Amino acid sequence: MSEHISSPRLYVGIWLSLMVLTVVTVVAAQIDLGSFNTIVALAIASLKAVLVVLFFMHVKYAHERMIKPVIAAALFFLFLLLSLSMADFATRLWI
Amino acid sequence: MSDSEVAVHNPALRHHFAEVEQQRNASSLGMWLFLVTEVMFFGGMFCAYLVYRTAHFGDFAAASSTLDLKLGTINTAVLILSSLTVVMAVWAAQTGKQKALVMYLLLTIVLGLAFLGVKGVEYAEKFEKHHVPGPTFHFAGAIPGHPDHPADPHHAEMFFSLYFAMTGMHAVHMIIGIGLFAFLAFKAARGAYTPAYHTPIENAGLYWHFVDIVWIYLFPLLYLIDRHK
Repeated sequence: MSEHISSPRLYVGIWLSLMVLTVVTVVAAQIDLGSFNTIVALAIASLKAVLVVLFFMHVKYAHERMIKPVIAAALFFLFLLLSLSMADFATRLWI
Repeated sequence: MSDSEVAVHNPALRHHFAEVEQQRNASSLGMWLFLVTEVMFFGGMFCAYLVYRTAHFGDFAAASSTLDLKLGTINTAVLILSSLTVVMAVWAAQTGKQKALVMYLLLTIVLGLAFLGVKGVEYAEKFEKHHVPGPTFHFAGAIPGHPDHPADPHHAEMFFSLYFAMTGMHAVHMIIGIGLFAFLAFKAARGAYTPAYHTPIENAGLYWHFVDIVWIYLFPLLYLIDRHK
């Protein structure tokens, strides 16, 4: 089984999507969405990150099956780090 | 062992691997495991940022609004373009286009240096405005949307501490990446990478894309707090 080779056309398409999303996030930041501004900014950033991981980092076509579980583990432990820290912080009466 | 068996042995295949596919998968998995440790490394700083931003949102917004949005956006575009040139370098290696491979690697280095140059201009501005944390730090901005309510300079200083820590570590990663690509471009020009063996190009590419993703999150978190006010 040989490695998957994506076409340059796909890469340029992904690059264009990333550029459009960058413009969208800058424009969205100028509009008052209340507390949704942060959510929209992070959602766009995550969409960009997913495009980079799947297509530029070739995870969509990876033959090595452990890569996806490894990425899931990274996200899980990052989630633990952020959520438990915030749970501690949010339930303190000092600082 | 006959001569013909020796002749078909792939020179890029190390002897402890059964086949090229297994060797490539093992090195790719190793690179991903390294990137997981990098996620946790940057995760610590993102966690500190999250805690202080939640505690001092208005002061963070005031400090964030002093950043140059135009330069930040330009740098985002430069870094995304460099990710395209990296992925094209991998493609050139996969399809055996040696000149294109060297060219894309050099383009990536130029774009990486351009990013660092813009970052240098931004850092210089912080020194001029006394926005560098330390004894000379000075901040007099108001909280966005509340012109009569000045921001707490100590909390603004915390924003700039995190700004320098996060963009600084990101810049260190970029300098390492540029060094890697300079080394790979030198080796590629001497024909070290072929469609049968280009794992170092792929793994350096994974590293560069990871650094790109860190910036994809840093840009909205640092530059785009409460910009509408």
